[in-house]
Amino acid sequence: MSVATTHDHHHDHHGPPRGWQRWVYSTNHKDIGTMYLFFALFMLFFGGAMAMYIRAELFMPGVQLASPDFYNNMVTDHALVMVFGMVMPAAAGMANWMIPMMIGAPDMALPRLNNLSFWLLPAAAILLMLSIVAPYIFPDGGTPVNTGWTLLPPLSVQNGIGMDFTIFAIHTLGVSSILASINIVTTILNMRAPGMTMMKMPLFVWAWFFTALLLIAVMPVLAGAVTMLLFDRHFGTSFFDAAGGGDPILFQHLFWFFGHPEVYVLLLPSIGVLGLVIPTFARKPLFGYKALVYGMGVLAALGMVVWAHHQYTIGMSLVATNYFMIGTILISIPVGLMLMNFIFTMWRGSMTFETPMLFGIAIILMFSFAGVTGVMLAVVPADMQYHDTMFVVAHFHYALIPGAVFGLYAGVFYWLPKWTGHMYNERLGQIFFWWTTISFNLTFFPQHFSGLAGMPRRIVDYSIQYTEFNMISSIGGFLFGLSHLLFLFIIIQTIRGGAKAPAKPWEGSQIGTPGLEWTLPSPPPFHSFTEAPVIK
Amino acid sequence: MNDAPLNRAELTAAKNKTVTRRLFLVVLGMFGFGFAMVPLYRLACEVGGINGVAGTPAGRVADTAAIPKPVDTSRVITVQLDATVNTGLPWEFRPLVKQIQVHPGEKVAVSYYAKNLSDQPITGQAVPGITPWQVTQHFSKIECFCFTQQVLQPGEAKEMPVYFTIDPAVDKQYATVTLSYTFMNTERDYTLTPAQHAAMNTSH
Ligand SMILES: [Cu+2]
Repeated sequence: MSVATTHDHHHDHHGPPRGWQRWVYSTNHKDIGTMYLFFALFMLFFGGAMAMYIRAELFMPGVQLASPDFYNNMVTDHALVMVFGMVMPAAAGMANWMIPMMIGAPDMALPRLNNLSFWLLPAAAILLMLSIVAPYIFPDGGTPVNTGWTLLPPLSVQNGIGMDFTIFAIHTLGVSSILASINIVTTILNMRAPGMTMMKMPLFVWAWFFTALLLIAVMPVLAGAVTMLLFDRHFGTSFFDAAGGGDPILFQHLFWFFGHPEVYVLLLPSIGVLGLVIPTFARKPLFGYKALVYGMGVLAALGMVVWAHHQYTIGMSLVATNYFMIGTILISIPVGLMLMNFIFTMWRGSMTFETPMLFGIAIILMFSFAGVTGVMLAVVPADMQYHDTMFVVAHFHYALIPGAVFGLYAGVFYWLPKWTGHMYNERLGQIFFWWTTISFNLTFFPQHFSGLAGMPRRIVDYSIQYTEFNMISSIGGFLFGLSHLLFLFIIIQTIRGGAKAPAKPWEGSQIGTPGLEWTLPSPPPFHSFTEAPVIK
Repeated sequence: MNDAPLNRAELTAAKNKTVTRRLFLVVLGMFGFGFAMVPLYRLACEVGGINGVAGTPAGRVADTAAIPKPVDTSRVITVQLDATVNTGLPWEFRPLVKQIQVHPGEKVAVSYYAKNLSDQPITGQAVPGITPWQVTQHFSKIECFCFTQQVLQPGEAKEMPVYFTIDPAVDKQYATVTLSYTFMNTERDYTLTPAQHAAMNTSH
């Protein structure tokens, strides 16, 4: 594929503008993708620092480092930063980089909207940081945001000014991801090159299609819920105040109506990456492509109607709890189907174990484990026991770190050669893989036991019988955090140099994905597919 | 560039506009849906009872005709009395006794003490709750200060009585029952309708 830089009078067609204007005014999907990825990398360290504080505090029983309110503030913002600041922008960065190249589009459908949806993110990050310091710098700052990321009233109504900054940050993040999602859906529907039918699209594009639809459906509900919270705080309404005839449980329903689909928002892009990585390194076409596409659709749809499994202990009627229990257990069917498809793809393939593939296999193993603990939590009488214990913390970190974060790491190593034009250091990549995987398990596996033994989550102190589990967890956590310095080093090293990457850096590239990204050189030119390629 | 790709680009731009506009409508619709959940949720609670595992979280309002029942003197149930004042209500509120022993079927009277600590008259509403929930359907209130709003003048104190009975049909395993009240300040911008009061006292 030759990519023509057409000789017309638009000077920007010759290359990017220079200096800061290139980034601030950027409408180029590759540049915006890069900014998303760097933003996510920064937030990874920001959210990670909070996690390090949490593990340091929990290293021993007792309250050592800061006040319980500060601890709960860190628990809240660790979640918000990792979910909204790290995983979602990283996945959006990959979508920006890869989707137009995969489907043969010159850029995203709405490039200027794309610029806006990225630049809202730093604004939201600043608001979130302000929410942390606000209680200390304002004279009547009130208590820190100590609710946990669910922001449940009445506590969130009673919080200080930090909660207002958090609410505005969520509004900003919500608008950003809604705009990005509209852009992605429009791009996928309208910008495909001739011959690139929907059922020919790489799995990653399909995964993002469903992710974006989910975001468009549930993000506005969260925005509405926090708006009501703001009104209850400042304008005397009683949406969630029992004294005025409202009901705090309503907020839980609104939050989890968003919150459960959000899990699939975090998960699906990584499933999409797996759908490329596994066939590439197994050198076999994806097994059951159609089943995977439909499976993701079913997963997204089912995910919209099972939210109250987070609320079994609120005293719902038995009919309602039964419905949510059965719905939740049903979700294991499409998820199991996807994992089976990936395993069948590897079956009798000529596998090699480069870093992305190592992550891919680790995801299948550890995410299945989270699925098993998920079914345990879905069962109402069992959940009554596990609810709000460290068991839940262990469960969702097993779901989200392998399911979402490791999928993104697989994507980073898979596409770094395409993005930078250099091969990363494979030996360092593999060291990073083993270091993160082992330290991750060391961190979160013991939390299953402390949780089953009754250690509650979101509390700064604990009873002394949990000390050993927590010490192991903290040591694992510090190692896990430290491993990311190596990650940073590998990325910088790859950007700055290394072996030249060919257009198809992996032997199985074209087997892995039927997309058009491999027809472009590595790194691809600033403008690609200015004339639509034709797919036979 | 020749004309053909240009037309194609224009066509794509028009299609993009249509799709974008539709997606924005979905976003607006879902934002509205969030707010529509407020009345829908209330309806679901009142009609479907989705929010009450017991159906009657505050116990029953006694049907006086059904009250004369033999008192089961063979066992006693400990009834613990609990009181909470919601933030925003400057009242003192506590039970006169912390717990009493009652026989199932017996008609019991207990009293709470409430005092307005502020310098303005305030109307409060008590919201009852009973645990364990399995007992609620056998717990009948004959008269309760929670049936109506209570007005206290500045500095005024009042004893507030509750008359109740526990049906002898209640399972033997429930030897301890907690009756709790949370007093709320009604003087906010939003006030309860009489129907909502009734709903608070019977089922949610
Ligand atoms: Cu969920």
